Amino acid sequence: MSVLVYAENSGGKFKKSTFETISYGYAIAQQLGTELSLISVGEVSREELERTAQYGVSKILTVSGDQLKNFVNMAYASVIASAASSENATVVVMAASFTGKGLAPRLAVKLEAGLVDGAISLPDTSHGFVVRKGAFSGKAFADVSLTSAIKIITLVPNSYQVNDNPKPVNIEDYKPSIKDTDFRAMVKEIVRAADKVSLPEAEIVVSGGRGLKGPENWGMIEELANLLGAATACSKPVSDAHWRPHSEHVGQTGIAVSPNLYIAIGISGAIQHLAGVSSSKTIVVINKDPEAPFFKSADYGIVGDAFEIVPKLIEAVKEFKAVHA
Amino acid sequence: MKILVCISNVPDTTTKINFSDDKKSFVSAGVQFIINPYDEIALTRALELTEAQSGTVTVLNVGDASTEPTIRKALAIGATDSVRINALPRDAYFVAKQVAAYAAGQGFDLILTGRESIDYNGSQVAAMIGELLDIPSVSIVKSLNVENGNAILEREIEGGKEVLNCPLPLVASATEGMAEPRIPNMRGIMSARTKPLAVVEAVAVPEMQAYISYDKPAPRSQVKLVSNDDVKNLVTLLHAEAKVI
Repeated sequence: MSVLVYAENSGGKFKKSTFETISYGYAIAQQLGTELSLISVGEVSREELERTAQYGVSKILTVSGDQLKNFVNMAYASVIASAASSENATVVVMAASFTGKGLAPRLAVKLEAGLVDGAISLPDTSHGFVVRKGAFSGKAFADVSLTSAIKIITLVPNSYQVNDNPKPVNIEDYKPSIKDTDFRAMVKEIVRAADKVSLPEAEIVVSGGRGLKGPENWGMIEELANLLGAATACSKPVSDAHWRPHSEHVGQTGIAVSPNLYIAIGISGAIQHLAGVSSSKTIVVINKDPEAPFFKSADYGIVGDAFEIVPKLIEAVKEFKAVHA
Repeated sequence: MKILVCISNVPDTTTKINFSDDKKSFVSAGVQFIINPYDEIALTRALELTEAQSGTVTVLNVGDASTEPTIRKALAIGATDSVRINALPRDAYFVAKQVAAYAAGQGFDLILTGRESIDYNGSQVAAMIGELLDIPSVSIVKSLNVENGNAILEREIEGGKEVLNCPLPLVASATEGMAEPRIPNMRGIMSARTKPLAVVEAVAVPEMQAYISYDKPAPRSQVKLVSNDDVKNLVTLLHAEAKVI
């Protein structure tokens, strides 16, 4: 018996969300009185693999090769399923990333496992195995009881703390057999903006709404985001009007985020938008309308015109950074 | 091209969500149901593809008879015909098994779903169908084109996108950007009444999970207003009190 974590990498490096899943997997292994194993697929250096030992991993299986350099959904699912069998895993954990969301369901079918996508806290193993997740797109939480022999969980970024639990680790080159037919959907190209903070994983999000009047006014949103190391986001009317890309749309039918700090500028706070940000730890609202519904769901607010407040906020953050650098 | 689009019947996005007193079930009384918005994007793209290259679009829903108005709406938007698998959609695996059982051997070139339903947010069905039918699946797709039996897809990744090439058949789950949903016109609404809606009995599926209770997020405490003359104070509060910067 063991807990297995799939450690997703991005260009050969593990991200914070991967370390979160490792810490989360380790905590489950502790709950179940077992050990944590890790499977890595793709080109990841030994040095990078060894970093995971800091968070409680006892054994690492690593699979590489030209065909697996980029993500191939079917092949990766086959590799992880083989690893789960050889490690005798009863729980498999991965990040609820865009990739994890496409991978975990295939794995669930292969392993005849119950799957909870988007867990936000540790399972309750006192009576069975119950996992809490978001439901109704941020408007509620649901507790899901998994009754299968093998359980799979994907973990929402920013919902579990990275904890140090250094362990001696054993790294093994793992060579499962993979069918040729697993290589059908193949990556042609990966396009990534080098300097952008990824929205679903961001610890701080600066978001703009219709109150900004037009795409030409996003300069100050981006400046504030850069200063704070934040991702930029927007409301649905803004992406519908093509002022900003759909990938920045936060809300019930866009991305759900759970940052430490969400700053909403010129967003009134429609129920669909609130749903997507309800898991944020702290919410700041800047809106010129004191009756904007968003103030009722905010921790801090400033009533004022964005074009006046945001430049002041930028200056205040610069001063703060000069002192706290 | 033969396309199957899976739709789910979900509460309208403006719905205030409520649960029974024992927290065990969602209260649907008085709630307006709609086609899941992501499924509507998938349906629209399916129609665009068949209009450009000829073909048929079948919509499938797993639900009881109460979902038929939602299925008729999909027919009004332009689907060719429809199927209702007569069962409550217990969980994602149950739904995927129904779709796979229906689709097996029917020669669909594409099976489309939304990226997730906006009620239970499973985001599992598309990839599960792919695995059950042993065909590729691409999840959270924002662009889908088909040329000579081959699909070019763009899928969302953190901070960017991935462009993929995949031979048909395949399963894809749609997100914003793949298409702009259409409003049905009067001709569509009239013709929807007479388009085929087949009712098929469900296959048995082992139960591996159950939703046992629900909660709503705790309301936030009263907002702390900062004067617009003292923006610096906001930064101080975020640092010293909220400890988020």
